[in-house]
Amino acid sequence: MENSVEQPRQQDHLIRDGDFVVLKREDVFKAVQVQRRKKVTFEKQWFFLDNVIGHSYGTTFEVSSGGNLQPKKMMEEITSETKEAGIDNRNIVDDGKSQKLTQDDIKALKDKGIKGEEIVQQLIENSTTFRDKTEFAQDKYIKKKKKKYEAIITVVKPSTRILSIMYYAREPGKINYMRYDTLAQMLTLGNIHAGNKMIVMETCAGLVLGAVMERMGGFGSIIQMYPGGGPVRAATTCFGFPKSFFNSLYEFPLGKVNCLLNGTFSSKALPSESKDSISVEENNGTLLDDLQTSPKEIEENIVEVIENNHPQQETMEVISQEPEYKEHKERGNKKDYIQEFQRKQEQQKKRQIEAATLLNERNADGLIIASRYHPTPLALSLLEFVAPSRPFVVYCHYKEPLVECYTKLRERGGVINLRLSETWLRNYQVLPDRSHPKLMMSGGGGYLLSGITVANDKQKSESCVLELQKTEEPTAKKRKVQESDS
Amino acid sequence: MSFVEYEELIKEGDTAIIFLGHGSMFPVQVQRGAQTQTKYGVIRHSAHLIGQPFGSRVTCSKGGWVYVLHPTPELWTLNLPHRTQILYSTDISIITMMLELKPGSVVCESGTGSGSLSHAIIRTVAPTGHLHTVEFHQQRAQKAEEEFREHRVDRWVTVRNQDVCKNGFGVSHVADAVFLDIPSPWEAIGHAKDALKVEGGRLCSFSPCIEQVQRTCQALAEHGFIEVTTLEILLREYNVRTANLPLPDLGGALDPLPVLGEAQFKIGVPLRETVGHTGYLTFASKSLF
Repeated sequence: MENSVEQPRQQDHLIRDGDFVVLKREDVFKAVQVQRRKKVTFEKQWFFLDNVIGHSYGTTFEVSSGGNLQPKKMMEEITSETKEAGIDNRNIVDDGKSQKLTQDDIKALKDKGIKGEEIVQQLIENSTTFRDKTEFAQDKYIKKKKKKYEAIITVVKPSTRILSIMYYAREPGKINYMRYDTLAQMLTLGNIHAGNKMIVMETCAGLVLGAVMERMGGFGSIIQMYPGGGPVRAATTCFGFPKSFFNSLYEFPLGKVNCLLNGTFSSKALPSESKDSISVEENNGTLLDDLQTSPKEIEENIVEVIENNHPQQETMEVISQEPEYKEHKERGNKKDYIQEFQRKQEQQKKRQIEAATLLNERNADGLIIASRYHPTPLALSLLEFVAPSRPFVVYCHYKEPLVECYTKLRERGGVINLRLSETWLRNYQVLPDRSHPKLMMSGGGGYLLSGITVANDKQKSESCVLELQKTEEPTAKKRKVQESDS
Repeated sequence: MSFVEYEELIKEGDTAIIFLGHGSMFPVQVQRGAQTQTKYGVIRHSAHLIGQPFGSRVTCSKGGWVYVLHPTPELWTLNLPHRTQILYSTDISIITMMLELKPGSVVCESGTGSGSLSHAIIRTVAPTGHLHTVEFHQQRAQKAEEEFREHRVDRWVTVRNQDVCKNGFGVSHVADAVFLDIPSPWEAIGHAKDALKVEGGRLCSFSPCIEQVQRTCQALAEHGFIEVTTLEILLREYNVRTANLPLPDLGGALDPLPVLGEAQFKIGVPLRETVGHTGYLTFASKSLF
């Protein structure tokens, strides 16, 4: 926009065709990919994103007729010159007659293409009680009506902050009800930073993986452990990472962890692998499903994903077709298709061997677990791949499995500073003379078990068991000492 | 060792964390020939530490043992010398996420204080980002600078000894994020806006009192900041214990020999007393217009 006085060196802040972006209306988010002439539905409205291309991230748009988006200046608030205001609400009666405009009138206004702003103004003028409302109540009324009738959409850059808030609000089940502040704790407690070699085991649609990737900025390596046919990275895609970020992202099947630990894993085991274990998985993977999968089946898969969502809420945009996939469809040449598939299969095998090598070095810089599975077996086996003096964090939606995990880890030894915790998050309304906590807050955002690995050999683990008995059941006296310490 | 990069072995000049158990620990500066006293006896740096892997168990002179840990910003937060009230990892976590910090981010911070948050920011923005931290107290600024050098993170941070409310951050239109932890943040909002990039950025202000928050929010609105939200985050810790509850005798047992006893189970008990307030965190975005 011409508002930018200085032309920044990089053009990263401009929205480009093909970018993964997040649409924002009030507090509602939706992740989409910018594609020309593609209809997007958001908050009961549909429009095209063609006009956002070339604008800065953070620009606000208004939906105009024909689903076109027009940039809108944020600050032109309607300075409603309503000086008249009541003192309190003693004379306001809820008789349902205060608004003279009927639903049909409003609909007619909308159909005429009247802007949301003007509709709100008309609503105010036709409200018999507006003038009697207190100034505060007037503000609230305007805000409420604006929210309903003004179709204002901001396009923002995806980030862990936005995507984790979006998922928690819209599809918490897909991320195991992990609240965004819990994810924030995991990233900090796990000391996630550039250059790490991280092990990530998650079943949170790839959100946790994406968050870890963002914090590592393409430096270091990540091994994603996955259950079933392949890793799920629907949310990871929404981050819109550069391709280079994926060069050091490996995946390794959970089902082969024990082989790796007891030394029976070998590259020879790979070619005999059945096709279905190679077949992929999620709706937006870059890898192709096995040969039998027709394009139709893939499409159905996407539809299914959409239907799985809460009916009242809109779905997050599922990024359907990777360019590579499109290519195949266009060519439609079965021979090429088979060759391509075999090439991919070979490449995948190679990557898996590389991942196995990385794990076998047993010097990972950290472990993050956030899955729908019981945390104990995962923590016990995956910690084997972590170097001493490194943090690990285990998430669980429930507290009790983590209590068990804590006990088992103490028995195993090789870990110190174990801590079971959760966080409380409270939002505030801040207004002059009217500041207080918001009326509603989240009742729980999941639990974390964190700790630090240390050197662990057999003797040590024995003494750790002793220590466990010492520390875990402190006598009344010991407990007193601890308390007075703190 | 450095606070932004893991290393396997302990070297001279490293900062290491000596872990005594039960959450008790302290930092040491590893020096050839130096000794450190613990309740379990002496640790000789040359013999016990240098060349050993981080995470090793070290047996002290009296036979007791400790673990030597690689420093992390989180361990540092628990062990640093307090020159001021500090921010703890719970608040730091949400600050880092809500400010959208990542490698490459440029951040402005004031005040530096004891450097608890500074270390965490540097860890997150390295190796391609930078922290500009402003502290009006001269000795504190100096001490922070020394620590950054000792921790080998000085190339990612610039410390300025000035008053942010009067003189700002010393940089303009470079920051992706600004953090304020000062008594009157509303006086620094204009400078914060100036420090942020032209194309926008994020701001956070930490204040213990709601009155401060109110004035800050007003100043944010006046300066055209948007998406202003205020929140509070609290850590709830649980101690894992085995609990026993006696089974009641309800009399008139049907069994010939009533089996009375206890039920035993594992529990997570909340702490009897815990931190109930640290501060309010206000976040905002710099508007494009």
